[in-house]
Amino acid sequence: MKIVVCVKQVPDTEAEKRLLPDTLTVDRESSNPVLNEMDEFAIEEALKLAEAHGGEVTVLTMGPDGADAAVRKALSMGADAGILLTDPALAGSDAVATSYALAQALGTTEYDLVILGSEASDARTSLVPAMLAERLGLPQLTFASKVEIDGTDITVNRLTDYGHDVVKAQLPAVVSVVEKINEPRYPSFKGIMAAKKKPVAQLDTAAAGIDAALVGAGAAATAVVDAAQRPPRTAGVKVSDDGDGGVKLAEFLSAKKFI
Amino acid sequence: MAEILVLVDHADGAVKKVTLELLTKARALGTPSAVFIGAGYDKASEKLAEYGAAKVYVAEDGELDAYVTAPKAELLAKLVADTGAAAVLVPATAEGKEVAARLAIKTGSGVLTDAVDVSADLIAEQSIFGGSTVAHSKVTQGTPIIAMRPNATAPEAVPAAAERVEVSVELTDAAKLAKVVEKVVLPKGDRPELTEASIVVSGGRGVGSGENFAIIEKLADALGAAVGASRAAVDAGWYPHQAQVGQTGKTVSPQLYIAAGISGAIQHRAGMQTSKTIVAINKDEEAPIFELADYGVIGDLFKVVPQVTEEILKRK
Ligand SMILES: Cc1cc2nc3c(=O)[nH]c(=O)nc-3n(C[C@H](O)[C@H](O)[C@H](O)COP(=O)(O)OP(=O)(O)OC[C@H]3O[C@@H](n4cnc5c(N)ncnc54)[C@H](O)[C@@H]3O)c2cc1C
Ligand SMILES: Nc1ncnc2c1ncn2[C@@H]1O[C@H](COP(=O)(O)O)[C@@H](O)[C@H]1O
Repeated sequence: MKIVVCVKQVPDTEAEKRLLPDTLTVDRESSNPVLNEMDEFAIEEALKLAEAHGGEVTVLTMGPDGADAAVRKALSMGADAGILLTDPALAGSDAVATSYALAQALGTTEYDLVILGSEASDARTSLVPAMLAERLGLPQLTFASKVEIDGTDITVNRLTDYGHDVVKAQLPAVVSVVEKINEPRYPSFKGIMAAKKKPVAQLDTAAAGIDAALVGAGAAATAVVDAAQRPPRTAGVKVSDDGDGGVKLAEFLSAKKFI
Repeated sequence: MAEILVLVDHADGAVKKVTLELLTKARALGTPSAVFIGAGYDKASEKLAEYGAAKVYVAEDGELDAYVTAPKAELLAKLVADTGAAAVLVPATAEGKEVAARLAIKTGSGVLTDAVDVSADLIAEQSIFGGSTVAHSKVTQGTPIIAMRPNATAPEAVPAAAERVEVSVELTDAAKLAKVVEKVVLPKGDRPELTEASIVVSGGRGVGSGENFAIIEKLADALGAAVGASRAAVDAGWYPHQAQVGQTGKTVSPQLYIAAGISGAIQHRAGMQTSKTIVAINKDEEAPIFELADYGVIGDLFKVVPQVTEEILKRK
């Protein structure tokens, strides 16, 4: 089975994120870029499925030059190969364009299964997986908390507002995973050393068959008009419980008219 | 005035509050047309009329619900083409955003997610980066699709005709690839829904066990609040995943948020830091949750929570 995992490099989760005042795009310089946390769960699931059913795991990322760090991390966890889709023309792509570019890049390789994270922690749109399924004309098995494969049958538990749906489809399929699905492994020292020798193919728009007019900031179907940082929340009153903490809290709630 | 399509969020006809919020917003943008997909329209019609749906496109064909999101997107794409709608509003829920995603590809349109407001010229206000930045954005191609966050608008009842228009769509094979073979519905209880509640009381790892969540529930019930949980509490199996607040759980923005035994990791804060008033109860005075709490009690939640519950019941 051939599995491709789409991973994104994002600004460090812990860092304060902001939009650059001039371009109104995410400031990716002022913090360390990291592999989107949710995508570690996607990689883990791919590795587990490949271990159980035999197969190869390729990681695909679209991003700037340095985005191969996210690919290397996946390789050090155990993925077999990487594809870095990078081109200045792709800068500023929105979800619509990103899903197009990823669909085209997927066209350069073979796969039975595409696995994504259910959300990137930077813009937090959760749009790309469903868009990719739509573009590829493949079953959409998103928000999966469990994935089972039997031959070409795939069954997932899809988390919903009311519990979960059990969803069935045939491979090839597009899956996105939630963080409930597994415990991502840490790269071992051996894994890190081995990753250095694993192949990472670099694609530009031409090599991926992407029409450069349909991607990048110029093609974006949405535009930020303006943005302002909210003043950060400040800490208010802090009291130590000396036996009457609950009473004091009730007074606060009462003063605020919650009681 | 052009039609504004509003995707109705409902459970077997019980209309979710977010739908009434979307209808309220839609009124400022054009003529609201609700789109009702699934079973139970009879139960829903009155509410939709009360909150200003001029028309309701009703698609009760069970097939539309039998596959993951794609059929809904196909129906909406047909309606967008047939009505020339000026915009489509969907709830910014996991499902709503996925329908929006597919619709965007089908109609060649842009999508804006997590909008907390939208102005008459279809500029959406978005609360991003866990609420630390407010951005205004617009769709520059196609029919704007805007996913609006629940609880961001006060619904206003302005009755309208809610003229029923039957609609159907011949599903493509591509829409029928991911078949829902079973729906597992967890018991919901009588508490308000997390994203709709004006008060939320959440428990974290500090609560210690599923049984202990009873003290969180008692406080919630005293306040008429919904119960939330951190991921640590959900992962431990103490509370169902639907109650998770945070980056990968629900985003809540209530008038009052009480966090008990929650440290305040960035992923948790991302789902609650736009709450109007925040209260934290934690025995570790260094816990990051205190940085954003309007009122913090440093103490043992097993003492503080029952005491405040009792005080509230006394004062009522
Ligand atoms: C991809 C990803 C997505 C995530 N999404 C979410 C999300 O959506 N929501 C979420 O919440 N987390 C999420 N997390 C997890 C997050 O990073 C934290 O691990 C989690 O929020 C911690 O939960 P907690 O605060 O309950 O537990 P801890 O961090 O363990 O905190 C427990 C707190 O309870 C206090 N405490 C203990 N006993 C008592 C007592 N008797 N009285 C008072 N206080 C007490 C302790 O002092 C401590 O501060 C995500 C993580 C990842 C990687
Ligand atoms: N530039 C990208 N390159 C590769 N995968 C991506 C990219 N952007 C998004 N994804 C995938 O889509 C998922 C959801 O992202 P999003 O829709 O942006 O929240 C991520 O977890 C990734 O798996």
